Amino acid sequence: MKWTIEVGRYDRTQAPKPGTTRPYPPPYENAPAKRYQTFEVELDDQAMVLDALIAIREYQDESLAVRCACRSAICGSCGMWVNGHARLACISKLRDVAQDGKVTVESPPSMPVIRDLVADMTPFWEKNRKVKPWLENKTPVPSGEEYRVPNDAMENLIQEVSCISCGLCLMDCESYGVNPNFIGPAALAKAYRYSADPRDDKTTQRLGEYSKPDGVWDCTHCYECVSVCPKGVAPLEQILKLRRMAVEAGFTDNAGTRHAEAFADSVRDSGRLNELTLMPKSFGLFNIRAQLASLPAAFNMMRAGKLPPIIHHKIPHLERIKTIFKRLGGIK
Amino acid sequence: MILDHDVVVLGAGLAGMRAALEAARGGANVAVLSKVHPVRSHSGAAQGGINAAIGAGDSWEIHAFDTIKGSDYLADQDAVEIMTSEAPQDIIELEHMGVIFYRDDEGRLGTRAFGGASKARTYFVGDITGQALLYTLYDQILKADVKVYEEWFATALYAPDGTCRGVVAIDMLSGELNLVRAKAVIVATGGMGRVYEPSTNALICTGDGIALAYRIGAPLMDMEMVQYHPTTLKGSGFLMTEAARGEGAFLLNKDGERFMQRYAPKMMELASRDVVSRAETVEIAEGRGIDGNVLLDLRHLGADLIMSKLPQIHEIALDFLGIDMITDPVPVRPGMHYIMGGVKTDVNGASPIPGLYSAGECACVSVHGGNRLGANSLLDTLVFGRRSGKAATEFVKTVTSPASGEDFLAGEQRRIAALMTRPYTGETHARLRLELGTLMDEKVGVYRDEAGLNEALAGVQALKRRYASVAVGDKSRIYNQALTFVLELGFMLDCAEATIYGAITRKESRGAQSRTDYPQRNDAEWLKHVVIRYGDGGPPKIDYQPVTITKWPPQERTY
Ligand SMILES: Cc1cc2nc3c(=O)[nH]c(=O)nc-3n(C[C@H](O)[C@H](O)[C@H](O)COP(=O)(O)OP(=O)(O)OC[C@H]3O[C@@H](n4cnc5c(N)ncnc54)[C@H](O)[C@@H]3O)c2cc1C
Ligand code: SF4
Ligand code: SF4
Ligand code: FES
Repeated sequence: MKWTIEVGRYDRTQAPKPGTTRPYPPPYENAPAKRYQTFEVELDDQAMVLDALIAIREYQDESLAVRCACRSAICGSCGMWVNGHARLACISKLRDVAQDGKVTVESPPSMPVIRDLVADMTPFWEKNRKVKPWLENKTPVPSGEEYRVPNDAMENLIQEVSCISCGLCLMDCESYGVNPNFIGPAALAKAYRYSADPRDDKTTQRLGEYSKPDGVWDCTHCYECVSVCPKGVAPLEQILKLRRMAVEAGFTDNAGTRHAEAFADSVRDSGRLNELTLMPKSFGLFNIRAQLASLPAAFNMMRAGKLPPIIHHKIPHLERIKTIFKRLGGIK
Repeated sequence: MILDHDVVVLGAGLAGMRAALEAARGGANVAVLSKVHPVRSHSGAAQGGINAAIGAGDSWEIHAFDTIKGSDYLADQDAVEIMTSEAPQDIIELEHMGVIFYRDDEGRLGTRAFGGASKARTYFVGDITGQALLYTLYDQILKADVKVYEEWFATALYAPDGTCRGVVAIDMLSGELNLVRAKAVIVATGGMGRVYEPSTNALICTGDGIALAYRIGAPLMDMEMVQYHPTTLKGSGFLMTEAARGEGAFLLNKDGERFMQRYAPKMMELASRDVVSRAETVEIAEGRGIDGNVLLDLRHLGADLIMSKLPQIHEIALDFLGIDMITDPVPVRPGMHYIMGGVKTDVNGASPIPGLYSAGECACVSVHGGNRLGANSLLDTLVFGRRSGKAATEFVKTVTSPASGEDFLAGEQRRIAALMTRPYTGETHARLRLELGTLMDEKVGVYRDEAGLNEALAGVQALKRRYASVAVGDKSRIYNQALTFVLELGFMLDCAEATIYGAITRKESRGAQSRTDYPQRNDAEWLKHVVIRYGDGGPPKIDYQPVTITKWPPQERTY
């Protein structure tokens, strides 16, 4: 079968001066060398977008830059925009994404770009580092043997541990789009992974950190991270769990929750409004209550099938959230 | 640019990061250099698990014996003793670092069964064990604030006066060549799967470090021992983890027969990999396969078990073949998976070249001998990663920092510049890669013979001549992958040649080496390692090394 692949390219042919080789910052449309180039490839109908890109790179144009290694959604290298949405090229079947046999691929506009389909992932790694993603061991560390913890407590974390750092969630995150300092979906999911680890000693400090501006309260529930994630990590779900933990730990009225208001404004001002992001505002932003109150509506949306089925059975326990409402006086 | 560190670790997979962590703990100024971001390393693909004898009823001696028997008695038993006896402490340490290992009902570490093992001693995290380990180590590297040169591609080792004192690497972002000087270098660049086509390995597994070390005179050992995994997916060659059989999956031929009963009546599907791969090859060759494959049947395990313990392979079979293993068996065949050989080291990761250490899949201690047991490789990366990090840290206290190297860097810059300006003559790296891979799979695969190996050697030598005229089809400096592909192809050709020389030299069948012209294991003559040194233009120099036997004299091997 013949497929047409349109590739957003950035030619970087001139030799850079040493030390001045930083990638193009977003918005990448302003990059001086952006152009679209069209290739035709012959591949069967099981082929993936990445197969097409490799075929181009190997037999048509060796200068096409694209990261890939595992070809099976394990290494997280091949995140890019496919027809305007963040996807892994290696598991995007051409026949599923092509429109009239044509697919457009490019570096996502939200990330700086190094060259062609190679985005600069520095923002992603910096956010990851920011949440202190390592175990702070509870003491005493058992000597010569493992911590005794129930298997459930470990299985609870496997959803995040499945994250392959492909960055798709960050690329399409609505909140990140308007606030580059937002810690972002994957890093917050990671934050949950260590906060909820029964072997970690710093849960409370972590929750305090993550409740600050740019943290858990900056998420607008746009669901992009849930729908683009190829590994079922459902970052939003982890963020909601973190919020609940933070509230339970007493971080109820801090700069973070107040910041949500300013953030909602910025979303409005940016022209990116939707029902969910509006919710806190229309509730008059009674910090926690408003934020939490928007959750059931969101869950209804999920039930109504507006979201991928993957998170249906994985939503946090509503009853527990309702209990929190009651405690805070939010629900009768 | 010239940079300085005490220890530089080349490679950021499990072996490299474990080594770096140990060096950092020992107070060394250590840096890690990797051609991909650390978490993109191929260690992340390991699905099944990691072995250690911790539980009641198991002991490191039994683990050692299984490993030695699995190796077809080619493993060095002193090294195996170290690996298996230190395994429990390394697993516990990983747990303390945060790995979310599967637990039993009492909250203690729980296990699953794996091929070639007489006890269930494989520790795991779902079917993403490698990923869980890799990320935990990366998190520890962040915690320890170890310097990482990300997306730096090594082109040469700096080896003045017969010692190893640094690495030259291209910073992919700028295209600049830099010399990272060090008192010791630990090569942990992983396997060379792409020398074969197809392979379960990622596109980045091209044997770089093995070739780099070889070129500065480091001996390679057991290179003929190339493991074919019995269950790789039809077509693409993706791995269907051995954990599937560990959990109880069957292998069937086209008549629906569990054919392993004729080859390994006791262990059946869980006999060691070389045995199962040979059985499948025979079934297929004798017409009992389906389209060059046999079937991996998980249906009787049930949807719950498949989805909870083997979700990743379920997803891969669905994505790439459209087959749902809950309702249908999956076509699989033996596929190139792992190399037992590599840079020859002692039990502390030291090569005979002062300052050059190696650990992980690219190193050969040798703990795997003729055939590696499933879930022993992750263990190897951690135990010997740790030991090499420690040994290198001790070593750097005894030597002074290297000076100079400007000339070496300039020479390397000229070499790369010449490569970049080479005119296009019609040869491309992609075509040569494909030809190399196909040739190796056909002639240096599960079954081998003299005639085929000689053809393979002639073929690789012809490819080497053509390689000299391959042009780089990208003239940019920034993120020039055409250049790195050409360099990788050069590494792969060296690795392929060493593999073929090893296979031609060993005139017997042992472990992964099955010679149809020498079908028996021959302990009288071949209970020894084949060691290969770079010939620098001419043919390599071949040499032997006795196998260390401690407690387990060779026996006949049945499963
Ligand atoms: C699909 C699959 C499943 C597996 N499952 C298991 C299992 O269940 N249990 C088990 O024990 N083993 C398993 N193995 C084997 C095991 O995963 C590997 O042997 C092991 O992870 C290798 O680790 P490593 O650290 O040596 O190398 P790798 O993880 O491959 O790391 C190599 C590093 O070197 C770097 N590098 C390479 N070349 C260069 C260069 N030129 N310049 C700079 N950097 C370079 C790379 O960037 C990378 O960081 C599996 C292997 C495969 C392929
Ligand atoms: S739900 Fe929140 S974290 Fe996820 S993409 Fe939307 S704003 Fe970002
Ligand atoms: S959470 Fe999902 S989308 Fe985001 S980086 Fe991880 S795997 Fe990718
Ligand atoms: S190539 Fe590894 S995730 Fe796509």
